[in-house]
Amino acid sequence: MRLRVLLSLMRASIRSQMQYRASFVLYSLGNFSAVAVEVLGLWGLFARFGNLPGWSLAQVAVLYGMVHMAFALAEAAGRGFDQFASVVRAGDFDRFLLRPHPTALLLAGQTFELSRIGRLAAGLIGLLWGASHAGVHWDALKIATLIGAILGGALIFYGVLVMQATLCFFTVESLEIVNALTYGGIMAAELPLTIYPKWIRLLFTFVVPIACMNYLPASVIFAHPGASPWLALLAPVVGVGFLTLALQLWKCGERQYRSTGS
Amino acid sequence: MRAYTAIFIARLKMLLQYRAAAWAGAGTQLFFGAALVAMRQAFYHSGHAIPPLPEAQMITYSWLTQAFFALSPFTANPDPEVRAMMRDGTVAYELARPLDLYTLWFTRNTANRVAPTILRSLPIFVIGMAFLGMQPPPSLAAFLAFLLALLGAVALIASWCTLITISLLWTLSGDGIARIAPGLVAVLSGQILPLALLPDTLQPTLRFLPFIGMVDAPFTLWIGQRPVSELGPTLLHQLAWTAVFVLVGRFLLARGLKRLVVQGG
Repeated sequence: MRLRVLLSLMRASIRSQMQYRASFVLYSLGNFSAVAVEVLGLWGLFARFGNLPGWSLAQVAVLYGMVHMAFALAEAAGRGFDQFASVVRAGDFDRFLLRPHPTALLLAGQTFELSRIGRLAAGLIGLLWGASHAGVHWDALKIATLIGAILGGALIFYGVLVMQATLCFFTVESLEIVNALTYGGIMAAELPLTIYPKWIRLLFTFVVPIACMNYLPASVIFAHPGASPWLALLAPVVGVGFLTLALQLWKCGERQYRSTGS
Repeated sequence: MRAYTAIFIARLKMLLQYRAAAWAGAGTQLFFGAALVAMRQAFYHSGHAIPPLPEAQMITYSWLTQAFFALSPFTANPDPEVRAMMRDGTVAYELARPLDLYTLWFTRNTANRVAPTILRSLPIFVIGMAFLGMQPPPSLAAFLAFLLALLGAVALIASWCTLITISLLWTLSGDGIARIAPGLVAVLSGQILPLALLPDTLQPTLRFLPFIGMVDAPFTLWIGQRPVSELGPTLLHQLAWTAVFVLVGRFLLARGLKRLVVQGG
């Protein structure tokens, strides 16, 4: 029943975006190019310095592809939470409270941002190129690990978006500092986590567990020494847990909500 | 001229109100900078090549890109107000003002870039110099050369942003070139990676293109990689491209206004 509501809301959003087809194509291309330029930066470093210890350019391309695909999925589905600050500021959240469904569900269905297909495509290209050049023998288990990591990662990023929106209940404005956790996390996750100082490693392993969907499963896929095969399971488990936590926090935040009026 | 100065100052004052946002922005920039420096250092320490940019200078360069992030062409989307005006038709008011439209938009674009930069750069300079390995310029002459080249960069960036804003006259929904350009400019200007670290074969092209004057030229003057004696050619390069952007912008604006259809309502 609830799923049906969510799906019909999303269908309506997609239909409305498809009314402006040229705009959709340009937005997607822009989204693609904004993501693809980061590859040029990485490529420049690899061309200048050669491989990082233990990681080839192809293996890094797999990391890049995984994190961008996961974030693209979360960003497309979670756009409603992403734009939540303007809803709170305008006092429009009051109207959500009057509707006969959970507010999180309504926001989740509010916008399905199709143009994020640009980021998804950039990630997919990186992933496919990296996967075919990384010298990995792909079997069913490794492919399942990869898909699980991407989907689990999408749940983690979705959780971050929900938490960012939850903060709006208290601050009314969107906090740019949270971007450090989303976009900063993505930038950090484009390269193996081991190259970073300890506080960044801890932050992206235990606070925002991006390492669980990126560095750790990739170590299993590339059979890096010391990578336990159980790490492959980490992404989906942590993803579900993290999103559940975020939705619980959302409920707490919602109780604190005081309208800004009109 | 007085009118434009007044508009510039009024906008600057308005934009300087958002201090909390600027502090949060500086926090974000500090985080990004730390991650960026760590990432680049990892490559420096992997020990395969002698980089054309010494590590200490690379660190200072990285913090400069963070301090001047709000100025950088990466964030240089078209003026959001003009974009909104194009949509709802209030752009007609702009035409009714007794002002030169190009200069008006140029002034506004300049203020839009300069105001947040003033607020954001200060904490990053203070914290960066005190704790994060950011170094002052090697000499007073280098610092003055940096300031002059920074002024040149502001003019260049503002004329580029105005050109992008004018492109909105052709694409009603505010997309097209305005969406795709920032990414490319970010690479070609040095915002994504110091230009010296890009492959040597690209260097002549990068030096010819206008974008080096937006980020890389002033910053390399600061770190001393570009000698002060090159200030003249640097400024000339910036001014020449600014002139090109202004002329093309004026031409396109005149053409665009002839065929402008205002969305009524």
